[in-house]
Amino acid sequence: MGEVWTLAEYRFGKLSSVSFELLNRGKSLAQKLNAPLASIILGFAIKDEDINELIARGADKVYVVDDKNLENFLVESYAKVLIELVNEYKPDILLAAATTTGRTLMPYVAVRIRTGLTADCTVLDVEDETGNLLQTRPAIGGNILATIKTPNTRPQMATVRPHSMKPALPEKGRSGEVIRKKYDDSTFKTKSKYLRFIKDESQQVTVQDAKIIVAGGKGVGKAENFAIIDKLAELLGGAVGASRDVVDRGWKSYPHQIGLSGKTVSPALYIAAGISGAVQHIAGMQTSENIIAINKDPDAQIFHLADLGIVGDLNEILPILIDRIYDYKKREASANV
Amino acid sequence: MKIVVPIKQVPETSNVKMNPETGTMVREGVESIINPLDLYAIETAIRLKEQFGGKIIAISMGPGSALEAIKEAVAMGCDDGVLLSDGKFAGSDTWATSYVLANGIKKLGEYDIVICGERATDGDTAQVGPGIASFLDLPLSTFTSEILSVKDGRIKVKRLVEGGYEEIEMTLPATMTVVKEISDPRLPTLRGKLKAKKIEIPVWGLQHIAVKEENVGLKGSPTRVVKIFTPKVARQGEKIAVRDEETLNEAVDKIMDFLIKKEFI
Ligand SMILES: Cc1cc2nc3c(=O)[nH]c(=O)nc-3n(C[C@H](O)[C@H](O)[C@H](O)COP(=O)(O)OP(=O)(O)OC[C@H]3O[C@@H](n4cnc5c(N)ncnc54)[C@H](O)[C@@H]3O)c2cc1C
Ligand SMILES: Nc1ncnc2c1ncn2[C@@H]1O[C@H](COP(=O)(O)O)[C@@H](O)[C@H]1O
Repeated sequence: MGEVWTLAEYRFGKLSSVSFELLNRGKSLAQKLNAPLASIILGFAIKDEDINELIARGADKVYVVDDKNLENFLVESYAKVLIELVNEYKPDILLAAATTTGRTLMPYVAVRIRTGLTADCTVLDVEDETGNLLQTRPAIGGNILATIKTPNTRPQMATVRPHSMKPALPEKGRSGEVIRKKYDDSTFKTKSKYLRFIKDESQQVTVQDAKIIVAGGKGVGKAENFAIIDKLAELLGGAVGASRDVVDRGWKSYPHQIGLSGKTVSPALYIAAGISGAVQHIAGMQTSENIIAINKDPDAQIFHLADLGIVGDLNEILPILIDRIYDYKKREASANV
Repeated sequence: MKIVVPIKQVPETSNVKMNPETGTMVREGVESIINPLDLYAIETAIRLKEQFGGKIIAISMGPGSALEAIKEAVAMGCDDGVLLSDGKFAGSDTWATSYVLANGIKKLGEYDIVICGERATDGDTAQVGPGIASFLDLPLSTFTSEILSVKDGRIKVKRLVEGGYEEIEMTLPATMTVVKEISDPRLPTLRGKLKAKKIEIPVWGLQHIAVKEENVGLKGSPTRVVKIFTPKVARQGEKIAVRDEETLNEAVDKIMDFLIKKEFI
């Protein structure tokens, strides 16, 4: 039985938490298959503590490729390295997060090694009789779920929707094997060049990474009113989301857009305020774990998805809510002193 | 500059209906359209052509009806099109689709840029663009939100990633997938519509492009659909209406209870 591999994401000298979510996924699969679980980490100046963190959180092995050329993501060089690793060690399963990196790298690699790849999975399981990976994913804007397998080729590859699983927790005293690989310069020849990263200051927390998203729709009324959405998001340590109508009106920039032509997200909590719940919007957020909707219209579609629905004016409700959260936090803080 | 734009014909999904028994989409009476996210790719191509001159070719793999999508692309401003259509292509997954499209593109001869939509609204995979790039062994920029410059055989682009943007430079020929932020698609023009009416779109099958039969269709697809089902969308939600001060406070209480119980605050 080949190994179960998860691709860790290492950006700007830091492991992202999706790496640990993938380990959690990988753990249950590896257990069922009685196979070793390994993480792959590609980057530059990778810290030992990060490698150990992967082991503490469940990896039996960590394959490390540390090279100046891997400092920033370029699909060509990352793909070449990953293909080398796959060809040498022949894992059974290869999982990556459905982030901009995973969704670029994995299809580029799957084509070269002629194997199947399933996009943006929310459920992974093992077929009892065959040991095949069963990969379930939403399609057609979340209107259907499809379960897909890769019966005849290996590895079985999937990208996994961020936040569709909790991160694996570290366990004390776990040990694992670290395999360091080096490749020569020809591996890193690319026809593209990384220039720079420009941080989007309007996104304190980005919607893809957020545990909590507070999203506003056209019902917010005008650009200035969005301050109250921003405020609530900040207070909850979450990100600000927006419907397309809001982005088209210029009240928020495109990176905030949730839905069919924006981002697909699965936070632990999604608060939709002044959003009607058009299918194109729902397509991007219906797998959220908890949904609170606030809308003036009792018949708004969004209420069909909501765990808690408030029929009312968001401009009345949110300021009071914000005050209450402030008070609550203050009380908690002083109680803890 | 020669630009190739792969476009997919998809069902219009804004009022998609599901058959609750079979869990499949009700396709009867559902209009087919160009994948809405491909309109941004077409617009990007047109703007490049306006700036640098050249030719735009829309290419699609699909049934005969996809000719309509290609004609619509011509009406918007593409110069030409080609349809890759063959019974043997049916059932292709993203691997096989990328393979067929890449080989169709190769047959078009020299080109500078291949511009794809970010993803198709039916399959929702976003895998075909990178797949084409991989088959053609080309540099790739996904989630492209802006073209910064094209000169000396190089293209500089900005891509939307977690937490911000990245700038990368690629040598031409190159591939990219684009997001909505890159442009506002224009409507078809009258002249375009007339052109589209008259244009003959070639249809290429298996024997026209150099593809192996064992690599296309269901047979060539490494993945298999095991089952399709309808998710449970409706939640057992509680709904309260705000009518006055008292119900307003109640509503806020409810939200607070929810946030506290689930440990969001
Ligand atoms: C191809 C395509 C792609 C698309 N992609 C996306 C996408 O990615 N994301 C997206 O969001 N949309 C997308 N759309 C658009 C989508 O169809 C809807 O038009 C859009 O989601 C509506 O945004 P909204 O809910 O903010 O506005 P509306 O539908 O206008 O809803 C506003 C809501 O606010 C409520 N409201 C008004 N005032 C208040 C108040 N004071 N307090 C509380 N509630 C109030 C109203 O009752 C109403 O329900 C797409 C459409 C197409 C055709
Ligand atoms: N059958 C097809 N014909 C032409 N282009 C396609 C086809 N399928 C996918 N594409 C292109 O690949 C992009 C991503 O599609 P997908 O991987 O299916 O989500 C689309 O936006 C199109 O540009």
